Amino acid sequence: MSLGSPIVKEYFRSDRLPHIWCPGCGHGVIMRGVVMAIDNLKLDKKKVCVVSGIGCSSRASGYMDFNTLHTTHGRALAFATGVKLANPELEVIVVTGDGDCTAIGGNHFIHAARRNIDITTIIFNNKIYGMTGGQYSPATPLHEVGTTAPYGTVDPDFDICKLAVGAGSSYVARSTAYHANQLIKYIQKGIENKGFSVIEAISGCPTYYGRKNKKGDAVDLMNYYKDNALDIKAAEKLPEDKKVGKFLTGEFHHEAKPEYVSEYMKIVEKVQKERSENE
Amino acid sequence: MSKNVVKLMQGNEACVEGALAAGLQFYAGYPITPSTEIAEICSAKLPLVGGKFIQMEDEIAGMAAIIGASLAGLKSMTATSGPGFSLKQENIGYAAMAQIPCVVVDVMRAGPSTGLPTAPSQGDVMQAKWGTHGDHPTISLTPNSVREAYDLTIRAFNLSEKYRTPVFLLMDEIIGHLRERIEIPNPDEYEVFDRLKPTPNDKNYKAYAVKEGEIVPRMASFGEGFSYHVTGLVYDEYGFPKTDTDVAENLLNHLMSKIDNNVDDIITYEETQTDDAELLIIAYGGVARAASKAVKECREQGMKVGLFRPITLWPFPEKRVNKLTQKSKKVLVVEMNLGQYVIPVHRVKEPDSKVFQYGKVNGEPISPDEIIKKIKEAY
Repeated sequence: MSLGSPIVKEYFRSDRLPHIWCPGCGHGVIMRGVVMAIDNLKLDKKKVCVVSGIGCSSRASGYMDFNTLHTTHGRALAFATGVKLANPELEVIVVTGDGDCTAIGGNHFIHAARRNIDITTIIFNNKIYGMTGGQYSPATPLHEVGTTAPYGTVDPDFDICKLAVGAGSSYVARSTAYHANQLIKYIQKGIENKGFSVIEAISGCPTYYGRKNKKGDAVDLMNYYKDNALDIKAAEKLPEDKKVGKFLTGEFHHEAKPEYVSEYMKIVEKVQKERSENE
Repeated sequence: MSKNVVKLMQGNEACVEGALAAGLQFYAGYPITPSTEIAEICSAKLPLVGGKFIQMEDEIAGMAAIIGASLAGLKSMTATSGPGFSLKQENIGYAAMAQIPCVVVDVMRAGPSTGLPTAPSQGDVMQAKWGTHGDHPTISLTPNSVREAYDLTIRAFNLSEKYRTPVFLLMDEIIGHLRERIEIPNPDEYEVFDRLKPTPNDKNYKAYAVKEGEIVPRMASFGEGFSYHVTGLVYDEYGFPKTDTDVAENLLNHLMSKIDNNVDDIITYEETQTDDAELLIIAYGGVARAASKAVKECREQGMKVGLFRPITLWPFPEKRVNKLTQKSKKVLVVEMNLGQYVIPVHRVKEPDSKVFQYGKVNGEPISPDEIIKKIKEAY
């Protein structure tokens, strides 16, 4: 995708590019996934609102040509909840990172999921705090290294998708920056789902995560995701020994259930009707 | 003109009624004593007028949600008390920086920390001024009666819409939980100000550029067709992050000067017998009620005592306080804290005037008798 491509012209603020991400970072692929999903769905640009928190991933909001809100660290979902409830016509998409969403923003994350509010959250999971220089996050795999865990972490990492399902999300999927087309499909389905949707997008951070953990360069990280991603449906048919060292991708959960804003609007209509009948 | 409705009402309830009169359409918050009635009443009343209420997972989220709702075009409010006010400071700074109109009610209770949750205090006066990090503008209003809680909530919305900044209604528990008879004003008795918006087809709209002759940038709501960016980083006139020193300086100057250049519009106060006062009392909120009684009794005993009651606590009414200390050589600041509002009084007073402070933080309100005793000691 060059700067002159129709997608860039339509959906990006070309005067704000190039982006600040390091060479080899997976975030650009994921950001492209967001706009491709929006393009495929032919959403009205004026009605799309992209909300982000703080960190590498959250800079994405500024590059995309929609109503964009770059908030405080971890709070994107709380701001987004206000936007969505105030104007349900808006298609609200949250772009966030593993630290932003599951550490400082963890409480907002589980409660947005519990409400099943119609927001699509794309978690750019690079398994590290990139913006501040490589500290370990709740998604850094156990015993791996960050600048604040020089001898390896002792606290286990979250399975973000399990957390999302457990807290009440109605659509949950995981893909990687390598599986770009699959990622677009999942984001699209997340937007189409009327409820809280979580798409965990594994992103390579060669600068900090890759280098600190001796995982090689950007290409090595991409190859790792290519070789070790195991689709959940395929995994069901495989014996245990074939799953060692692999990680699961795919659609983990999709269910139709009551959505927060619609349910609240039912209350508004009901009490207004009762009041007008009593008058 | 129709006759005013008369009601017996609590300060917290009057705050909600005033907010609705000002056009409140969105409330997000978290339960905390002694402000909880504000959330409860909003949860019942907002759906009736087509508005929205949401109880968020924490105080931080409550503040975040009202900023989001304000950007989507709704007049928004949250309410809290000391510990919750501390938690909200992060996003209060965001609202100040990104210039998002919203109203934050803080019903002050005795602190620090969990303190005395059901007891009155005025311990958040400096937190209202300096609570969030970095230089930022502050507008704080403080009522001394239930009716004034109503009126000042309307005014808080008007100021936040006009100056595009969060405005605090700093009530103390005395006023929040006080029940009084109030006359509800008719809509033609108060002004309601709505934020200025760009014209719908403005092709040259820059989200953060101030038009000539105006005070703040015009604010489009999300979804109206203006695709713009909002951030807590230092930003340019389009709203995009910039690290240039001149952009940072201009932005900070704008944030401060929009308030500093309009203090005469923002600051209000009330004076009782200050003309010939040899001793001037400065008191605000619930304490001003006791101070007012003390002044009356002292006058009856022949003492020349007057009362200055700031209604706008911040920005500090420094011109007026300086003027008053030119005549009154003794000033007694009475407040339910250990010396907060007395600090700017010291800063602006005439050099030869003497300033005393009487504070109380044990959870009991300050009585008129206590103030009279302090007046006699200082007089």
